[in-house]
Amino acid sequence: MTAHLDGNVLGGELGELFTAEITAATGRCASCGTVSAIAQTRVYTQAPGMVARCPSCGEVMLRLARASGRAWLDLRGITCLELAVPTGA
Amino acid sequence: MAGTAILGRLTWRAGTVCSVRDETATARTIALSIPGWPGHRAGQHVDVRLTAPDGYSAQRSYSIASAPDGDRVELTVQRLPDGEVSQYLTEELAVDDPLELRGPIGGWFVWEPQPAPVLLVAGGSGVVPLMAMIRTREATGTGAAFRLVYSVRTPGDVLYATELAERQHGDNGFQLAYVYTRAVPAGWPVPPGRIGARMLAEPGWAPDRCPAVFVCGPTGFVEATADLLVSAGHDPATIKTERFGPSGGQQ
Repeated sequence: MTAHLDGNVLGGELGELFTAEITAATGRCASCGTVSAIAQTRVYTQAPGMVARCPSCGEVMLRLARASGRAWLDLRGITCLELAVPTGA
Repeated sequence: MAGTAILGRLTWRAGTVCSVRDETATARTIALSIPGWPGHRAGQHVDVRLTAPDGYSAQRSYSIASAPDGDRVELTVQRLPDGEVSQYLTEELAVDDPLELRGPIGGWFVWEPQPAPVLLVAGGSGVVPLMAMIRTREATGTGAAFRLVYSVRTPGDVLYATELAERQHGDNGFQLAYVYTRAVPAGWPVPPGRIGARMLAEPGWAPDRCPAVFVCGPTGFVEATADLLVSAGHDPATIKTERFGPSGGQQ
């Protein structure tokens, strides 16, 4: 088994890109349709970037690479991202 | 709670070390003052970045151990044999030193103070974010029933041993159970072993009580524990997990 972590470890990197907190967001896997919190994805960090895989089917949901002041975010493995937005009430 | 619903990107901040305290022979708690800190929630972590004079930089995640307390944040760092960041933090970092960090991070592996029962399961230094929950429970006086099942290699590896013992004896709403995997204290009734299903199903803590469950530890520990909990009948939706490891993950 290749060592993996989970989507909690993505919080810092994604928190620099998005104003909303992303680990508590849910994503629907484009491959199997399972909806899981981003925190629940299996994250592999032994690569130039970070790769998050579906906890159910193992397909890639998200890839993130950072270098030289730029970020590359591939979300094609997530068909829908649902997240909490403050209502301002 | 402060910071809960504020939209804003995370940025790197400069904190200052207020105090350091050894927890075990290989773990140290670092108290930081962080100007502009927006407050945190129990269970969140920070990313720490060290940068050498030549520009080489290394980054790791560490859980926050303290309950929310203004701009003060405590991290507990377990020193790893080959950990370039953890060795610096536990051996060289001193009071008044600056430390660059990013946070608070995470919105899923968090406990919001509420009266529902909570089952915590820690593997090694995975106890750190769970300790923030225990301390926040105390600070907010919610009275929620808590049970901590804490798996450690040896008695000498227990973080917060004195504080946990005080809470265990002074608070009927807090239960504590140790599991020793390598060596047990003198007179301990069972040999070293791993967490079993029975430890997680003590009277009052069965799935029918629907406790919120938080599991934190190394990947193998977290996955074995989560499997035990689901097999015992806990709804997977009630189980929140956080894995840490040596590759830029939490340590």
